[in-house]
Amino acid sequence: MSALLARFAPLRARSNAYFAQHRSLGVLVAVVVIGVALPLISRIPPLGDLQSMNAWVNAFTIAGIYALLAVGLNVVIGFAGLLDLGYAAFFALGGYTYAIVASPFFDIHLPFWPMLIVGAIIGAMFGIFLGAPTLRLRGDYLAIVTLGFGEIVPIVLLNSDPFTGGTNGLGGVDKPVIPGILEFTLINPWPFYVLMMVMVAVTMVVVFRLQDSRIGRAWDAVREDELAAESSGVNTVISKLQAFAVGAAIAGFVGVFNAAKLTIVAPDQFKFVVSISAVAAVVLGGMGNPVGVAAGAFVIYLVQSIFLKQLNTLIDNFNIPVLQEIDFLEFQYVLYGVVLVLMMLKRPQGIFPAKRRMRIFKDSVGAGK
Amino acid sequence: MATATGTVRTERVRGQLFLPAVITGFLALMLGLLGFDQFLNAMTLGAIYALVALGYTMVYGIIELINFAHGDVFMVATFVSIGVSTTLLGQSGAITDIPTLVISLVILFLVTIVIMALVGALIERLAYKPLRHAPKLAPLITAIGVSFILQNIIQFFVGPYITNVPQLFPTQWVFMLGESRVPFLNLFVIGSAILLMLVLQLFIARTRTGRAMRTTAMDRDASSLMGVDINRTIMITFLIGSGLAGAAGVIHGLYYGNTTFTLGFQSGLKAFTAAVLGGIGNTAGAALGGFLIAFIEVAAAAFGFGRWGSAIVFSLLVIILVFRPTGLLGSHTGDRA
Repeated sequence: MSALLARFAPLRARSNAYFAQHRSLGVLVAVVVIGVALPLISRIPPLGDLQSMNAWVNAFTIAGIYALLAVGLNVVIGFAGLLDLGYAAFFALGGYTYAIVASPFFDIHLPFWPMLIVGAIIGAMFGIFLGAPTLRLRGDYLAIVTLGFGEIVPIVLLNSDPFTGGTNGLGGVDKPVIPGILEFTLINPWPFYVLMMVMVAVTMVVVFRLQDSRIGRAWDAVREDELAAESSGVNTVISKLQAFAVGAAIAGFVGVFNAAKLTIVAPDQFKFVVSISAVAAVVLGGMGNPVGVAAGAFVIYLVQSIFLKQLNTLIDNFNIPVLQEIDFLEFQYVLYGVVLVLMMLKRPQGIFPAKRRMRIFKDSVGAGK
Repeated sequence: MATATGTVRTERVRGQLFLPAVITGFLALMLGLLGFDQFLNAMTLGAIYALVALGYTMVYGIIELINFAHGDVFMVATFVSIGVSTTLLGQSGAITDIPTLVISLVILFLVTIVIMALVGALIERLAYKPLRHAPKLAPLITAIGVSFILQNIIQFFVGPYITNVPQLFPTQWVFMLGESRVPFLNLFVIGSAILLMLVLQLFIARTRTGRAMRTTAMDRDASSLMGVDINRTIMITFLIGSGLAGAAGVIHGLYYGNTTFTLGFQSGLKAFTAAVLGGIGNTAGAALGGFLIAFIEVAAAAFGFGRWGSAIVFSLLVIILVFRPTGLLGSHTGDRA
């Protein structure tokens, strides 16, 4: 095995060197490979027996939504070192932005594609709106302020019936259409899947390029030592605002997709638990590593929605009365809890640690106070 | 010289009278604004918030951790109190025989408080102590995890429904105060909460352990050098804080007669707001904040903004943290905010 690997070593070194130079191309190649591989993997016996190919593709698409949320939140937590506990609010704002202008509710039907960008812009605007007054707060207070914001937004959406449809939310949201070529439908999951892969590729390229840019280096500096960063000429407030805006923009962007995919937005979809699932994905995957957190989100979603459901059917087949009473889907919340506690205690850097040194969750020198 | 001392003394007396005067004025205003029934309602709700807020503020004061799981400790307490009432005491409804009632209530409070104190200390030992020297966000994330685990444990064993809690204290006992009906239950709830808060204040001010808690909050390393057992002090803080949440849980059950596994999140966040409003780390402030938050919520409902009650409280939380992180009464940790 190792001899085989050794034969390919020069090739790997060459490809690594090449993709280090052309990272965006590397991201595109990786996304295409993964995008083709996932449906194929889902045909392998134990997985293929669980559900149909279309169901798997649909599940991968939703997993992609969570992965993108984790990637966006990672910009805030992993890059800039700010704990955001109300991330679902931006996701909600993106979704509602699209639903308001593309549903029978106001009978406005704007096209989907430009709204993707508008959703991102609205997200970024609210990110700045929330961030501007709060970002000078210390870490744990900032976390609570974002949590408060995350609670306020669904309450406002719930109570502003004339604009948001109240509890029922906005239904019948338009699905994307490529005029004359393709109409997205609920029956065929493939167009959404391909679109999701494109969005993953775009987001990943943007995030990687930002990480390597002047802005990204400023985030590193702010995260590691805010005081030192400030005295080295980094405008820490601007830098943190940029992180907040980028994170919120990604959430708004994904929110538009989510609204179009589910064809309904309702306040219940954006509860605290959504924010926490994203935090859990970031913590599990490895703060600061975009690929790691996306993988973390992917794993968490698949475990909670496929594995736990299958556990239910599996248990039903055996006639064990006590276990049949249990709905294992209820365990998804405990999953977040266990992930957060165990990772913090045993492996705070995550399963796939970031390559750059991260101090904030490793030791206490200068980070806490 | 004599006049100077006199002025200082008058100043000090004026300083001591200022807060009680403001509080009395505020209460009178609220009484006029809300009417007696709503006033009593707000005071009762405030008593519960205040007891929960004390747990937040004590833990924050001593280890600067926002103990996110504290609201869920309160939630678990409501369920423990069901267990104590039905299994240990064998009661499922009001007890009208006064001696039995007194004994039952004492047992209910004591057992629930002890159980919850142990639960709180256990959480501290397992989830927070290993992270004592980690950056602050690490135990905060752990605390969120613990919160989810507690909710799920209850959801798993009891189910996701609203569960009835035996109201041992008869709700129909009332006396008339002028035109208004005053249930004894409300007086009992407010009275027992205020009693617990006074005991806590005395404990912190007068006992050796209380002094250890105060010094640890001020400077952990220095008090360690002076011979204070830090681990023991932090453990005791968690015992007391969770015990108070236990008492709040019992009171919530007696007063509202129902509970559910999601109770802890919203109540916890409101109690945390109360702690921040009063000045986090400051026990008197937490009690004050608890009552204030309750009044804000009840007033919002009374003026037809009931659906916005939570939003108003959380907006208040954001506003306080941004503009006055030291809260109303200030605190020793506020300067680091």
